[in-house]
Amino acid sequence: MKHARIVFEDTTQEAVERDGLLLLADGRLVAPDAVTAWLPPLAPTARPRTILALGLNYADHAKELEFKAPEEPLVFIKGESTLTGHQQFTRRPADVQFMHYECELTVVIGRTARHVKRDDAYDFVGGYTVANDYAIRDYLENWYRPNLRVKNRDTCTPLGPWRVDAADVPNPMALALQTTVNGKVTQSGNTKDMIFDVPFLIEYFSSFMTLQPGDLILTGTPDGVVDCLPGDVIVTEIEGVGALTNTIQGQTSA
Amino acid sequence: MNLPISGTVYGVLLNFQSEVQALTPQMNQPPYKAAPKAPILYVKPANTWSAHDAAIPVPARVPQVEVGATIAMVMGRDVQAARLSDAINSVAGYLLMNDLSIPHASFFRPPVKFKCLDGFLGVGPQLRAAAEAGDPAAFSLEVRINGVLKQSLQFADLVRNASQLLADVSAFMTLRAGDVLMLGCGPGRPLAQGGDRIDISAPGFAPLSNTLVAEGSAA
Repeated sequence: MKHARIVFEDTTQEAVERDGLLLLADGRLVAPDAVTAWLPPLAPTARPRTILALGLNYADHAKELEFKAPEEPLVFIKGESTLTGHQQFTRRPADVQFMHYECELTVVIGRTARHVKRDDAYDFVGGYTVANDYAIRDYLENWYRPNLRVKNRDTCTPLGPWRVDAADVPNPMALALQTTVNGKVTQSGNTKDMIFDVPFLIEYFSSFMTLQPGDLILTGTPDGVVDCLPGDVIVTEIEGVGALTNTIQGQTSA
Repeated sequence: MNLPISGTVYGVLLNFQSEVQALTPQMNQPPYKAAPKAPILYVKPANTWSAHDAAIPVPARVPQVEVGATIAMVMGRDVQAARLSDAINSVAGYLLMNDLSIPHASFFRPPVKFKCLDGFLGVGPQLRAAAEAGDPAAFSLEVRINGVLKQSLQFADLVRNASQLLADVSAFMTLRAGDVLMLGCGPGRPLAQGGDRIDISAPGFAPLSNTLVAEGSAA
């Protein structure tokens, strides 16, 4: 099943996908373009959810950025304030030279995970969604790199449109992944090329930190990132998970 | 666990002048290649939060942990692009924190595996209201391990004072009501190990105490 979280008739509500329409909790079917706003497709959590994100997790992207492939995961943490939904706007500061998307398969943890072994890891996945983990390279510094000024900006992590139940994604490690800018394909890859795959990451993180339902792991992006300008429409899509649309909006000051 | 925090907790690296001075000779060398410009932040996620008086587990593979005692600002409202002149008005109050790390010498990559272990953030028991706390530049704290004074910090020695830090951080990300931003952990951070009791005290603040428990040993 595909779950969404939307604003419709001035109310935030959960919905599921049914034959291309949105089935609301009250039984009504709504067309996707009738939705007021798409929110990140996540149930609220009592405490701030932990958002782990991988850098350099595809062999080709590591090469493109002139780094050798990491021997252990390069991971950073985002705050929830950077998240936004499907069909929202992401702000590009006026003075920057290089802002790029990153299409990423995102794991939504389904059960409390502590000291999980690789072979059991999929039991702890609740579902999957698509993230676009924007980066503004002008702000990169070599201190806790990638630093939060690059990776934790408001509106810079669109997520959605759907949270797809894990049972409906039989092999998350063989999904085609693609990004288009204004309809033109600029990035294509496959999750089979991840350096550290989903079971590895769950084992690794849960070896020292307990993951809770609703926590996220953004698994990194492959080769093919390009600069995005105000007005550009970016669609990050993962086979069987969803196509996440986002529009770049100019911003007068950083 | 009842804690006086609910939002995302951010820490800041190198916000004491003497820490920056100590590292200055390395700043233009690889891997850093330049002194930092924006505040260097990290997140202490919810799995790290420990209440006052809670035992904090230390994995058997970790011989010693570094004690990062600090005072943190808790936001009273959402703050975005704060002006220096009124940034401080967005703070609801202040808390003691014990930001534990596995000691690490490099600050090139984000410190998740060093800082985000379960329980690795002691959280003070009580918010000190901003109106009552006064100017954070007058804050000071002391760290005792097993009753012995190990560190004294004066928050007059910050690189970015509370207002400047709020202005510079909120220039690139929103701090939401309930989010927490630490003022920085000072130089001379003491080390501690399983069995040690860590007490952090500051004038006007309810003290924060935690005991480290080596995992695999009887608590």
